Order: sequence, then C-alpha cells, then structure tokens
Amino acid sequence: MVFTIEVNNRPIQARKGETILSALRRNGIQVPTLCNMKDYTPTGACRMCVVEIEGRENLTPSCSFQVEDWMKINTHSPRVLAARKTIVELLLSNHPDDCLYCERNGNCELQLLAENLNIRERRIPGKKSAYKNDKSSPAIVRDPAKCILCGRCVRVCEDSQAVACLDFTHRGSELIIASAMSKPINFSNCINCGQCVIVCPTGALTEKIQFEEISNALHDPEKILVAQYSPSISVSLAEEFGLKGTRDINGIINAALRKIGFNKVYESSFAADVNILEMAEEFLKRQEKGEGLPMITGDCPAWVKYAEQHTPDMLPFLTSVKSPQQITGTLIKTWISEKEKINPAAIYSVSIMPCTAKKFEGQRVEMTRKGISDIDTVLTTRELARLIRLHGIDIDLLEPEPSDDPMGGISSSGKLFGVSGGVMESLLRTIYYKHSGNELDETKLPKLRSFKPIREAQLKLGNTEISVVAVSGMNHAVKVLDEVRNKKKHYDIIEIMACPGGCVAGGGQPITKDENAIKNRIKALYEIDNREHIKTAHKNPQVIALYEDFLSEPMSKKSIELLHTTFTPREVIL
Amino acid sequence: MEEIILNSETDVFLMQVVHLDKVEYTHSMESRLEYLRHDKVGRPLILVSMGTASQVAGSDATYAKICQYSEERNLDAEIIQSGSIGMSQAEPVVSIQMPGRTRLFFSNITEDRVGSLLDDVFHNTIPAEFCIGQLRNDKHEGYRDTLFLDETGFMKLQKRVVLKNTGIVNPESIEEYIARGGFKAFVKTIKHYSSEEICDMVENSGLRGRSGSGYPTGKKWKIAYHTSSDQKYLICNAEESDPGAFMDRAIMEGDPFLLLEGMAIAAYGITATKGIIYIRTEYYQSIKRLEHAISRAREIGILGHNILGSGFNFDIILRKGPGAFVCGEETALINSLEGKRGMPQSKPPYPATSGLHRKPTIINNVETLSNIPAIVGKGPDWFNSIGVENNAGTKVFAISGNIRFPGLIEVPFGMSLRSIVFDIAGGPPEGKKFKGIHMGGPAGSVIPVSLLDTPLTFESIKEIGSGIGSGGIIAMDEDTCILDMVKYFMDFMQRQSCGKCIPCREGTRRMTEILESITRKPVNDNGHTTLERFKGVMQLESLAAVMKDTSLCGLGQSAPNPVLSTLRHFREEYEEHIFDRKCRSNRCTELRTYFIDVELCTGCSLCAKKCPSDAIFGTPRHPYFVVEEKCIGCGLCYESCKFSAIHYK
Amino acid sequence: MEKLDNLLKKFPELSRDNLIPILQATQDEYGYLSEESIKRISLALKLPASKVYGLSTFYNQFRFSPPGKFHIRVCHGTTCHMNNAGLFLKEIQKILGIGDGETSRDGLFSLEVLSCIGACGQAPVISINGKFYDRLTKEKLKSVLLTYRNMEAV
Repeated sequence: MVFTIEVNNRPIQARKGETILSALRRNGIQVPTLCNMKDYTPTGACRMCVVEIEGRENLTPSCSFQVEDWMKINTHSPRVLAARKTIVELLLSNHPDDCLYCERNGNCELQLLAENLNIRERRIPGKKSAYKNDKSSPAIVRDPAKCILCGRCVRVCEDSQAVACLDFTHRGSELIIASAMSKPINFSNCINCGQCVIVCPTGALTEKIQFEEISNALHDPEKILVAQYSPSISVSLAEEFGLKGTRDINGIINAALRKIGFNKVYESSFAADVNILEMAEEFLKRQEKGEGLPMITGDCPAWVKYAEQHTPDMLPFLTSVKSPQQITGTLIKTWISEKEKINPAAIYSVSIMPCTAKKFEGQRVEMTRKGISDIDTVLTTRELARLIRLHGIDIDLLEPEPSDDPMGGISSSGKLFGVSGGVMESLLRTIYYKHSGNELDETKLPKLRSFKPIREAQLKLGNTEISVVAVSGMNHAVKVLDEVRNKKKHYDIIEIMACPGGCVAGGGQPITKDENAIKNRIKALYEIDNREHIKTAHKNPQVIALYEDFLSEPMSKKSIELLHTTFTPREVIL
Repeated sequence: MEEIILNSETDVFLMQVVHLDKVEYTHSMESRLEYLRHDKVGRPLILVSMGTASQVAGSDATYAKICQYSEERNLDAEIIQSGSIGMSQAEPVVSIQMPGRTRLFFSNITEDRVGSLLDDVFHNTIPAEFCIGQLRNDKHEGYRDTLFLDETGFMKLQKRVVLKNTGIVNPESIEEYIARGGFKAFVKTIKHYSSEEICDMVENSGLRGRSGSGYPTGKKWKIAYHTSSDQKYLICNAEESDPGAFMDRAIMEGDPFLLLEGMAIAAYGITATKGIIYIRTEYYQSIKRLEHAISRAREIGILGHNILGSGFNFDIILRKGPGAFVCGEETALINSLEGKRGMPQSKPPYPATSGLHRKPTIINNVETLSNIPAIVGKGPDWFNSIGVENNAGTKVFAISGNIRFPGLIEVPFGMSLRSIVFDIAGGPPEGKKFKGIHMGGPAGSVIPVSLLDTPLTFESIKEIGSGIGSGGIIAMDEDTCILDMVKYFMDFMQRQSCGKCIPCREGTRRMTEILESITRKPVNDNGHTTLERFKGVMQLESLAAVMKDTSLCGLGQSAPNPVLSTLRHFREEYEEHIFDRKCRSNRCTELRTYFIDVELCTGCSLCAKKCPSDAIFGTPRHPYFVVEEKCIGCGLCYESCKFSAIHYK
Repeated sequence: MEKLDNLLKKFPELSRDNLIPILQATQDEYGYLSEESIKRISLALKLPASKVYGLSTFYNQFRFSPPGKFHIRVCHGTTCHMNNAGLFLKEIQKILGIGDGETSRDGLFSLEVLSCIGACGQAPVISINGKFYDRLTKEKLKSVLLTYRNMEAV
C-alpha cells in the first residue's frame, strides 16, 4: 500500500511497512547514518538518522521507525541539525585528531559527517580514552581509539561470517569492541576475511599495511622483484582510478607495476588454471575411489582457517591443491628461477590480492620450502592503488603491456576465480573435458551465476550426474556444511568463498559507498569470460607448456610436492 | 496430570480456608486461625526485624542473643524473623507480644540490650526509652501510657496497603498469610472472573505503574491480553537498582506471599503461564524469602499445574540480575533474561506485544504487583477511593539522606511533599537548614524547599520538572552541595550507561567532566583553562537538550535531569562554584584553600614535601605557609600534618 | 574443571537463556570467571566465547580474578555518598592499593563497589565477607581494616 506523507512541507510517497529512512532515501532525501547496514535489522544505536515528527516529544530515529500515514516529518530542521551536529561532536571529543595520518583519510564516514555538518571547532572538550593499537594479526589492525562503536564489525563478523570473533565488552564510557577475554586478534578465532574492514566507517579496522617492506625491497639492488596480482583486482582497481571497462586493465596494471620497479609481473589466473587442472585430477581420482567426497575447495584462506578452527571434521574433504597465489609463488621460486637461473633467495615475491586473509596465507608455515617462503609480501587492492599514487604514476597515460612469460598466458577460467561460483564453473569445464574428451557445448553454467549466496548445479558426466554447490558468506557455508554433515544434502564438489559474493567483495577491495559496486565487478568478470578466446584451463597453451616442461602431469609426484599442501586443526578461543 | 498431594494436615486446613468465605468459617476454624495470625498467642511471641537494613544494624546478633536468652531461661517463646516496619533509624527493631496483651515494638535493640529488654518486658515493665509503640488490636489488653504504633509521628499520616503486613507477620509462614486472608483474592479471581474482567478491574482501579512511568497497569495488561500467542510471560521487575531505593526489597523481605499472589492474578489476567522474578543479586534476604515462598506456594498448590482445579497453569521462577542499572529498562531486562548484554532496543515493538522470546510479555515492578490482591479483594472502587483523581492508591517511598527519621513510608497520592518530608520523616536534623529533596533516582531531579507544597501526583511532580521515579527520596540540607550531588549522579549514569547510543555514552561522560572541572580549582589558571570551564558550562544545557532529545532509552533521555533541574533551581550555587570558586557547603574539597596555623606548626616540612603543586614554603623548624594562588586544594598537606596545624576555608 | 562440568549437568537445558545463571553458579563455585571456565561454558552452550565474555563484562557481578580472602564491598549509594563514602573508598584504595574489581597482590583483600546496599538510614556502610559495618568514620574504617589484616597475621 502506498500513501502520502509530508516531509519538509512537501508530499512524498511512502509504502506501508517500510521504515521512515527507506521512504526518505527512495525520495532522494539524504539522512546521515553510522550504524545502519543494508540488509540488517536496524539497531538504532548511532542516533544520526533522527528526524522531527510532529506530535512526538523527542526526535525519532528514522532507521527503526515505520512510516505511518499521519506523519509530518522534518528531516533538516534546526533542532535536528543541532542534534546531529552535537552527536558527531561528541564522537569527535573522544576521537584522535590524526586524520592526516589516518589510513582512511579522505574515505572516512566520520570525517565526511563532520565536514557536512560544518564542524569547525572543538566545542566539547574532554579527556580521550587511552587505548592500545592491536597489531598482533598478520592481516588486520585494530585501533580502538578510532572506533565509534557503531557495531557494524560485530554484526558482520557474527551474522554474515559466522565467526563472532568480536563483541562489545564492558559498558558505558568503558565500552570497547574486543575479542574473547580481550585477547589480541591473533589469539582469537578471526579468519582474517576483512569484511569488518570493509564495513568500518572509520580507520578503527584496517589491513596490516606492508608498504615499508615493499619499499625496502624495491631499493635493494640484490633483490629481483616479482609481482603477481589476482584476477579480481583489475575490475576493482579500474573503479578506484575511474577507468573505462573497455581498456585493457591487466595491461595497464602490468605497466604500472613495472614502472614502480617490479622486474617481473604475472597474473595469478595462470596459476588458477594450474589449480583447476590439479583439482580436476584430484576430483576424478576421489570419485573413482569413491572417497573424500564432497571435495571442498581450499582457495579461500579465510575459509581454510575457519575449517581448521571450527570444522576440523571437514579438513579431510578439502582439496590439497594450493591456492593460485601460492602456486604462482611456488612456481616463481622453482620453475622460473630454474629456467632463468635466478637464485630463489634473491627473489622478492609480492602478491596483490583483493583479500586480507591472503596476508595470513602467505605466512603459513606450510607455504615455506627449505626456509624460503613462497610469497614474501601480500598487498591488498587498496595498498596497490596507494603504491601507484605514491610512485606518481598517471594511469591514464600508461600504454598496456603484456605479463611476463612463461606465465603470461591466461584463460578466462582463471579470471572467474574472482566471483563466487567461478571456481566451480571453471572446474566443471575441465572435469567434463577430462572425463569425456569433449568440451562442454555451453561453457556458461547459469545456475552458478545467480546472485544467490548458495548456488546449486548439476552436471552429467557420462552416466552419472554430479551435484555441486558454490556458496559464499561463511554463514551460508556453515549451513551447507551442516546439511552435508547431517546427510540432508549430497554434493560432489563444494566451492566455499568466505566473502559474500566472492573475492570481488573481498576484505582487501576498495571501500566504496556504491551499493552496486560488487554487482558491477561481477559483471565485468563475466564480460571478460565472454570476450576471451581461451575459456578453459586445459586449453591454456602456457599451462600445457608448464606440464610438459616441468611438472609432467597433474598430481604427478612433483606437482604434489610443490603444488599441494596440508591442513591441521587450530586451537584458538572459539 | 500431576495431582498435588498435600503433605500435612495444616496444608489441608489451609486449602479449606482459602476456598471458603470468611462468613463460612466454623468456630473451631476461626479459633485456629486466630492463633495462626497471632491475634492470639499462647506463649510469648518475639519478632526480630531481619531485613537487610536491620542486619546492617546488627539484627543477626540480636536474634542469636534472644534465642540464647530464651533457651537459657526455658522461656518457651516463639521467636520469628520478620521483615521491617520501615523505621531505619530504629533498627534493629524487636517486637514482643505477651499472651493476652498487645504487641510492643522496641527500637535499637542491639545485642547488648537484649538481656535488659527481655528482663523488663517479661517482668511487665516497659523500657520507655526504647519503646516505639504498641500494635492496635481490640482483642488484647493494651498497655497504658503507651502510644499505638499508628499514632506515632512516623506512622500517623501513612496509609499502608502494600506494606500492611511487613514487619508484623512472619514472612516465611504461608499459614499466617492465609490466616490473614491471603490468596483469597486469587481464588476469587480464578473462580469468578474471566481474564478480561481482571484486566478491566485493574484498569478501573486506576492503578498506574509504580516504577516511575505511571502507565495505567490495566491498559498495559490488555495489550498483552489481546495479543494472541501460544506463550505469554509475566515478569516482575525486582531489580530495583536506584541507589537509595529499597521499597521493593522491603515488600519481598516482609511479605513475599503478597507479591506471589499479585503475580498469580496478573498472570491470569494476561493469560501468561510463566512468571519470572528478575531480582537483584545483592538481595540475598529477599531471594531466600521468595525461594521459600515459591516452594511453599507450590506445595499447597497455589502455583503449578491446574491450580486448584481451575485449569489455570502458572509457575514462577527466580532469576538473579547480574547487576546493571540499565536492566531496569524493559527491553534491556528482556535481553538480560535471554542471555545477552542488557542493552535496550528500539521500541516499538513494545514488550506487551513482542517481548521475551518475542512473545507478549508484561513487566511490572514489585510494588505495582503487590497492589493487585487488594484491588481484586476489596474492589477497584475501594482502591480508587484512596488518593486523588487519576492518581489512585498509595506510593511507597524510601526516604534517606539528611533527615531525622529515614525509612520506608507509604502514603496516599495527593499528599504534599512537605508532609512527607517534614510531618512523617521529621525534616532535617536539628538545627540544619533544609535545601530540598531529590526524587526519582539518579536520573531524577532536585526539588527545592519552595516547591515542597506540590501534591504527590504523577502530573504535578512532572510539572515541576521532576518525576516520582520508583520511590527514592534523598533529603538534602545545607551541608549537601548541589554540585557534588549532581556530579555523583552524572558519574553514576556514566558508569551505568550501556554505551549503545552515542548521546548517552559520550554525553554523560562529558557532562561528568564538565561538572568535575567546575568543582575543582584549575591546575594552572591561565586564560585557556578558564575559557574551557566556561565553554563547558555553556555546553551543559545544550548537551542536556540533545541527550534528552535523541537518546535511545529512558536512561539516556533522563540522565541530564539532575543537571537541568539544579540549573533551574540552584543556579546561584553553580555561579558560586564557577565564579567565586567557592562551595558553600564545603563539600567540594578540591575548591578548599588551606592555611597553616603558625602557633601549631613545628616546621617539620612534611607538608611541603607532600605538596604536589609546590605551594607550601618555609624554613625548617619555623612555621610554614601556603601560597593560596598555587594551592590546588588536594588536601594532602592537611592529611599529612601530625600536629593538626593545617586548616582550610 | 570437573566441578564446572558437574555444575553444568545441573542445568536442564544448556541454552543461552541459562547463560547468566550458569555464569553465576560458576562464579559462586570458583569465586570468579577464569578464561578456562568461559571457554568451557561457551563450548557447552555452543556460543562464541566472545559473546560469553562480552556478556560477562557488561554486568557488575562478574569478576575475572579470584577474590581476596577478605572481600570488601563498599556501598556507594546516594546517601552513603552524602556521608563521604567517596572519600572512604579512596581511603580504602589508598590503604590496600587496589581498585574496584581488583584483588591485592597478597590475595588478602579484594574490593567491589556497589551502587546501593539499601541501608541508607545507616550510611555509610561497607561489608567484609558479609559482615556489615555501618555509620563508618575514618577511624572506624582504619581499625576495621587493621583487624582483618591482623587476623591473617595470627
């Protein structure tokens, strides 16, 4: 039912049952919010969205009140504006004045509010709480001093990621968000997915910045700098720099990285193709033996940590194939160093990922061979954007350059790794081929391309039909795993990505207010799949060359030694 | 279906009594009841007030001593631990009833006085200096020249409905409760009324919530009654965490069955089958009494399945609140019961439609529920006749502070505040000038003497910018500094705020800081700190307005009340603190200026060593002196001086 | 932790509804909530430890270090405040060197500030191991604390 209410002396249309806030937004009336999150029930904590309703004594939070047909609302009366301003001033009275030094400078919701509300002096004096910065985690840094206690991280961690590493602790002016027993994050069950970083309105949660390490290496004449970047950073980086989708963004990233000083540049999708070949082989072997099914993907390091902590019973089902980042890392320090006669110890391998958990993955002990780490440093998309700006590179003037051989050839299969369902789609293309010797008639699997968090699909392999599921968001993954555990559902392959939507929505991606950003990133990846000529991993000529030249065949002794890994249950405070 | 099997002959008898009307009692029943309700005693009866306040005053030792005395002398006396009659300054109170005589109440019977008191009373002498009065009872011979309890200044103007039995009955005896007509109202309810009729009755009685909001109880019940659901809850809010408020505790300690009966009727009215008493953990005595009362009520079948064959099921569990002031707020309380942090939630939905586990839930406080049996028993009209229009019934107050007779009082609505403070509680201590009263808990307001003629009604108290609150009254005389009090309240709110919404969390904290800066000397008096002080003071009112306007729950909305009310009525005290740096009550120690008495100073130099601001100068073995401009008023010198040579002004 | 396991068995339902009663019973048993207890309870109730911890830090009642041999509770209600409870509290903190919720190093004393005991007629009031001391003065306070300290020495 639609009815008319009066807002700021003008009529607007409102729908029965919706909140005041939603009616206002639909009609183009902007009311600021801090604690509000799309798709979550409102908590009414920040009080920024208050409006004046005629006949009500106090101001009303528009996020948690339903519109009613009698309402006469004023959204920007002097009383409302004064209240909003005071609330922000109260927050600022306990906020460090270090915007210039802050990670989120220029992209901070609090800063923007202060600007919009025209706050020009510190009107409310006060003591600031003393807090310690938590830098214990290899991926996430928490600075409670900058926390405005909106609770978004708490909710995303519990509701969307089923981790609940964080909660409000203590009370009143001592209220602080912390993990269990107020332990540093590294001792907690944090899976490093970085979704909290994405939702944090201020600089209270950030990734661990590793600029310093990079610039040291860049200026070390002994080091050979090698970079790899994930398939899903190109689309989001384009957003960050306002590039049109029509430009060869990979080529530009290659050029930019070389300008920064990297000697060799690869895209991780090459390794994604290798990952697919290994996984397809592993699956067929498991299927043949009839054990280890469902096979669960292990590309997502946040999911892997989750499994090691929360569902160790699922570890035997994880594929042992390393993630594309780690495969690239290994190949760089083995195959390429052999081929080009470079001492692996002289290689400084940097990986650029849409992900904070990859920083953790890069540090795993399993990912080190003979004291040499596969990957030396992992940067997020955000850090790369900064690195580009730091080096004064004008993206618009760059001419696209190809990636370095012998890992320059890619297929669009590898590209699809950036989106939930993409690994599965690529994997099924190759499994079908390996099983039947023929290519799939239609490479696209529309069921895996819905925007739902749980996407099921079936594929006929000869006489048998395999059933697969791709799931993103740990809360949904937990549901799927429970169903498998309780034998309510049977799947042959499960793809799990911790971030809702996949790596395009990863914790290392640019923080944007654009609600359609993630959908656009996904669409961009699908378009690449449409455009690309080579659509399957097994058709990638350079991958074929890799096997001929170095690994012989998927699941060969050598590839198991180099490209496969192990998992162990992890004891943390759950 | 489980059938209640009554264990003892007494219990069978009690159930008989409960079912019958008074006129139907046989002679032998009546005579047995007389003993049960202590209208008649066959042997001496001694009651020791054992409420928390009494225990603090030493009633445990008194009780032990009385038992010992009785044993040593083979007294064959019945010794009972009772609740308190509410005279705090008289604790420990002991009352004694000799066979055939009225009951006498004695004050301040500490352990050491037990012997002589009992010696006297058992030899028919009344120690007048300890005697409060005798309990009126036509059936007994009274004592001459002894006031009746209801004639004493403290009791004369009171109208006791919910406190009727506290301090007088044995709170652990369901027998006495039933003998005095207890559970009759409940039996009447389930036998003769529909749930809707009960809601009507309570609505017609004009009963309004006693926890401060004054929302009509019957109206609230009806919302829950009309919301259909497979499960409804009745919660009794016994968290009572306003400092200085102990009304509910007195009821639970003194007359626990009354609360149970009120809850049972309420549950029937809203068709709830589960009752929860959410009680403060520190109320050990109340918890003990209620646990006992609930188990006894279950034993005789007043609680449980198919109560008295009516088909109505209701049981009560006790849940100890782990301690958070904000859990007095309904949604916070529900969160706490659900095993969550006690953070309030946005309303609507209101608990009456969606509360505990999203089921219709009625939350009433102890006093509200304790009024119910009388309303059903004596009828809504009777209740409505007490008090004044729109404000029916009585209100219990706990009055303390600078007052001659602190304690618990129950008065009808409409009485003037002056009567309460001066006529009942005796006004300020001898020779002191009265300043005002603080009502409504830490988020309440200060009412100056000039407004004390305001009648006690929800509306008139609100009109003068205050609120009745749950019933704590703090009296203040000239020795109390208004700013010190306000600072205390603000600090309390800052610590008790749940921290969820910004205006309350940050606002209470900043206001506390501003008040601290006013009641302290600036550490270095340059233009900047003075400016900050002024800025702060100017912010007080605008901050308070935003907190009231935008906070999520009642706690934040009312937190600035103490500041706003005192700015209105005691502005001159603020100005003195700010401009003259002077505290007229001499309470703000940090505004004091110290000086050294040259006659007494030995020149030991200890004070100069202790002084953190190097404000004390002198030569050893000669008198020292304080440089007033440098003194920050910390008082360390005052405390350290071994010769009492340091004074302050 | 055996005691805790037995205690958990007493609860008919290990649901979140019972979380607070379980924590209360645990604290009654051990005197405080240890990291081990919190882990065990959250596991038993299938709740994240962060939630159990977050909840227990919200309420006044729960403490995370063992109480002292003598547990001092100081009433800081309004009337007690008017009667200098704030100063007495500072005095106690000075003498014992501990703050609210803390235990002295020798394990002898622990301190808890209550918002009101409800004995306002007899303010200011403190209690030590359940024994009340009312109408306190500075001298009385000092001698009471000394008595307890000496009690230990003997």
